[in-house]
Order: sequence, then structure tokens, then C-alpha cells
Amino acid sequence: MLPTVLKLEEASGAVIVPMDDAHGNGRSDNDFNKIGASPLLFKEFYGMTKVCSSQAAIATIRDGMTIGIGGWGPRRKPMALVRELLRSDIRDLTVVAYGGADVGMLCAAGKVKKVVFAFVSLDFIPLEPYFRLARQSGAIDTMEIDEGMMLLGLRAAAWNIPFIPTNVGLGTDVIRRNEAIRVIDSPYDDKEWVAMPALKLDAALIHVDRADDRGVCEIAGPDHYMDDWFARAADTTIVSCDELVATSYFAEGDRARSVFWERSQTSAVVHIPGGAHPSSCNPLYGYDTAHFTEYSAGAKEGGFSSYFAKYIEGKTEAQYQQAVGGLDAIRSLPLPVY
Amino acid sequence: MNTVQDYSLAELLICAGAEAFRDNGEVLATGIGVIPRLAASLAMLTHNPRMMMTDSEAWLLATPNPVSGRSSHRGQAQETWMGFSRIFDNVWSGQRHAMVGPTQIDRFGQTNISALGDDYAKPKVQMLGARGFPGNSISHLNSFFVPAHNTRVFVEGECDMVCSIGYNPDRLPRGYNLEDIKLGLVITDLCVMDWQGPNHQLRLRSLHPGISVEQVLANTGFEVFVPDAVAETTAPSAEQLALIEHLDPEGWRARQLKDNPPGDRRQAA
Repeated sequence: MLPTVLKLEEASGAVIVPMDDAHGNGRSDNDFNKIGASPLLFKEFYGMTKVCSSQAAIATIRDGMTIGIGGWGPRRKPMALVRELLRSDIRDLTVVAYGGADVGMLCAAGKVKKVVFAFVSLDFIPLEPYFRLARQSGAIDTMEIDEGMMLLGLRAAAWNIPFIPTNVGLGTDVIRRNEAIRVIDSPYDDKEWVAMPALKLDAALIHVDRADDRGVCEIAGPDHYMDDWFARAADTTIVSCDELVATSYFAEGDRARSVFWERSQTSAVVHIPGGAHPSSCNPLYGYDTAHFTEYSAGAKEGGFSSYFAKYIEGKTEAQYQQAVGGLDAIRSLPLPVY
Repeated sequence: MNTVQDYSLAELLICAGAEAFRDNGEVLATGIGVIPRLAASLAMLTHNPRMMMTDSEAWLLATPNPVSGRSSHRGQAQETWMGFSRIFDNVWSGQRHAMVGPTQIDRFGQTNISALGDDYAKPKVQMLGARGFPGNSISHLNSFFVPAHNTRVFVEGECDMVCSIGYNPDRLPRGYNLEDIKLGLVITDLCVMDWQGPNHQLRLRSLHPGISVEQVLANTGFEVFVPDAVAETTAPSAEQLALIEHLDPEGWRARQLKDNPPGDRRQAA
């Protein structure tokens, strides 16, 4: 399974953020790519550090994998990692997400076989336009579930149990439309219960405010959403961070309180300042309403290809950020007021 | 209560909606959309101070935030963290009342916000998705807000995609009875209804000023139980209107209903 890796070798010079070399091993990301990227190799190859380029991290994703994407709607989505997926030739993904433009873009680019979702929305633009097109054209399979059922499915995966019983979904089409979700008897009462199956993830993509090179991650905003469960439900967790910090950062004040999973759950750390754009990374920046509006309008004006060509295709993340006004502009996007 | 003559339909619906939360006690009230959120906020500031509300982001507040006229979340009266994962701990405890705006409502009180059309694999219109409706409806009390009362919302058959459980005997899970399902008020631009007709049939409670029973029946795709005496929806008091102004200083409520009609439709045109 090396084609993706080989392609990335050709794409040399696409690394926008130099690998953190705090441990002085002097190896480059291209060296990493040459040996064939595997999540288990990150640590062995780099010593203690899990820092790598987005290309190296995304090179671990394979056709047909199930990937979970952290964040919520237009909030703290790992969009730079999603853009890396969009540039790759990966396909047939099953995507599990509290969806926003991450799901919309992946659907529009033909990367998706199936979406596991409770909603796909940009909040201020309630209906995600490209997810909508994908559904209305019958292009994607679905597992439509309740928001809380998704949380239970991720927890079951994290806890290595096959399902979690719940009453959520009873009496609704969420059960009728999903043959994979069974209703079972209880050994303790006479009611029937939904057996929400584990949502086991091959990989999770998450964006955080700060991380150290060992994978300790800080989410400084008011809500970490279900990101801890995405990290725990996944075999490989790829984290992008706005700031790469020294481990001593977490010892200051009560910062360790905003770390929601252990570093053993983090496989790779990619340093991408502004990497959640156009979604928000509260408190560092809000979501980009003008950009989302342009993105959404494209769905009516000829589809995703013009957006893809303008912002993503053949572009590095640095070139993407130039096209949207630069990192300073991203960092000055106002926080949303709800 | 001294009522006033000059009020908008939006303000009438906010006050009618606040009544839905009156006897709820210490529950988390969630109003989705400007009018339901103002209704819950008004209830918390008047007849049900024990209620709980969030900032619609991640914190529980001791007193509700205004919906408009704020430039940040700083300085709000937050009392505990209430991120999305913890919302479900509250939902599944049953200590919550949500007022939501479904796209379709059927005669069983089942609702749809997911998709329209006969072919689920290729829907005519993809909407939000089921969101938290399945869990809300099996766990706690839910009320509905309908800004445009018509037969496209109150559908003749079953909802195209049933997102929330209602009073449908054919879908009742084993071990449940209809009394386990808790549906509160239905606030529309024409009237206030509930689900306390015979066998939980939709029942007319009050008509907004200037609206007739016939208008309600003609705009509902299924039979509505009409009691012998139907009251007029109570007009807002001066105190309520002052609180609504405090909660919405920029007047977002005026943009929620088409043409922002007056509360008494006989004053229109």
C-alpha cells in the first residue's frame, strides 16, 4: 500500500512548516516518507517526537478507511488536514463527524463512500450545501444517527466493547433506516433497548490550540466537543495544532485541566498555525463567515471545482493561507457570539 | 395582569411560548431559534426562576443572556461548564425541556428535520439530519414552535423521516406506554395547541387575536380536536414586553416572522 507515499515523495517542497527538531535527530519528513509511513513508526523513527508534516501524517490514511473528524459544524475542524486529504488520491472513506465543511468538501471531492452523521451544518448557513448535493444525488451511503448515539458509539469503541445499550433512537426512523443498528432484549428488565454499535475509527483527525511534540494537546476554547472520544476511538490520531509548545507549558497554572486525553492517544502532531480555517479555533480565532459564504455560493455556481482550483488544488497550506488573507487575518477573525 | 394593545405577533408568541415552561421547575430549558430562546428566557425571568439555561455555547448561566446586542461572551453569569458532551448527561437524566422548530409534524406528534421526499437514499431535500431529536424525544419534554402554520408542516401522513418519537401506537417500543412520551405545547403563528385531545390527539388551546378555528383546521393536514370553548391567547403584559426588550434590545424578534405582523391580526392592513 505505497502509492500514496510515493506520490508524496514527488511532492517535495510542499511541507510548509518545518518539522520540529527539538530532539535533534536531524531527519526530514521526506526521509520518513521513504521508509513508508505507518502510525506505529512515528515514534520509533523520530525518537520521542511525534511531530511530522501533514503530508506524512495523511500518508497513513488508506482507501476505504473509517476516519473520524473532531470539532462541531464550523467549529475547530482540522481543515488543513482535510485539505491534505483533498489533495491526495485517497477515496472510499467512511467519515464519522459532527459535520461541517469537512464533510461537505470531502463529499464534493468524491472522497466519501459513507457518512456517519447526526447533522452536517455550518451553523449560520444551516444546511451544508455540498453535503446536501451529495445526498440529493444519491451519491453517498449514510448512517444517520442521533448526536448522542454518535457519542455512545465512540465511547464503545474507546472502551473496547461492541455496543452500549440506550433508549435513544427507539420509535424513530434512525432505527428503521439503519439495519446495522439492532434493538435487543435486556437481561434486567422487559423493555427493548437500542444496541448502539462501537464506531471504531481507523484514524481520527483533530485540531487543537496547542500541543507538545509528545502529543500532549490543549484545547483552550470553551468546549472540546467529543474530540477526546474521537481520539480514544481511533487506532491512529492525527492532531494539528495552532502552536507547538514545550512540555513545560502545561505545568503553568491550571493549563493541564484543558488537556482531555493522554498523549498515548496522540499518534502524530502537525504544526499548522491557523490550521482550523475557515472553521474557528476559539479563543484564537472565529470562523470565517465571508469565506464560508463564498464556499457555499459555489454550490449553486458550478460546483466545488472552482473553489478547489482557487484554494486547494496544487497549493501548499502556505499558499492557501495567502489566498485567504494570511495568518494575521485568520487570527483576527472575531469570535462568534451565540 | 395589565395587558397592552400594541404588541407584535412575535411578542405574543414569545409570551405564549414562555407558558410552556411555567410548571417545569428545575430543568434545563433549550429554545432553538430566536423566539423559542426568548420564550425560555422570559419564563426564567418571570414565573420559573428555578429554570436553567445555557449561553448556547458551553456554559450554564445564572441569568439568561440577551439574544441580541452583545459583542462577546465575557462577563456573562456562568455557573458551570456545560459543553456538548455534558448536555447529553443532562438530556438522558430527563431534566430538560426543549422547544424546537420541526420542518414536519404529523398527527402522532412525530417530527422531521432530516430529509424530505419518499426516497431516503436520494432525498428530494436534504435538511439538517436528525440532530438530537431521537434522544430528546425519548428522554424529556419537548414543545414545538411553528412560525408558519400550514399543511406542509402539519402533514397529512407520517413524517418523511421520523426523527422524534410521538404518540404512535405502531411505533411504541416494547415496555413503553403512550404516557411515557412527553410532548408539551405547540406554538404557531395562528394558535396554541397541545397533545391532550382524546388519545393524545392534537388539541386547540387558544387562538391568537383575529384568527378563527376554521383557519387553523384548513391549515392543518390532519384532524385537530377543538374543545367547546377555545380561549384567546393572552396578550403580553407591559412587564413582559419590557423584559423582552431587555432580552432583545436590537429587535431581532421583528425579523423572525414574515412581515412582522401585529399581535392582533384584525389590526393588519
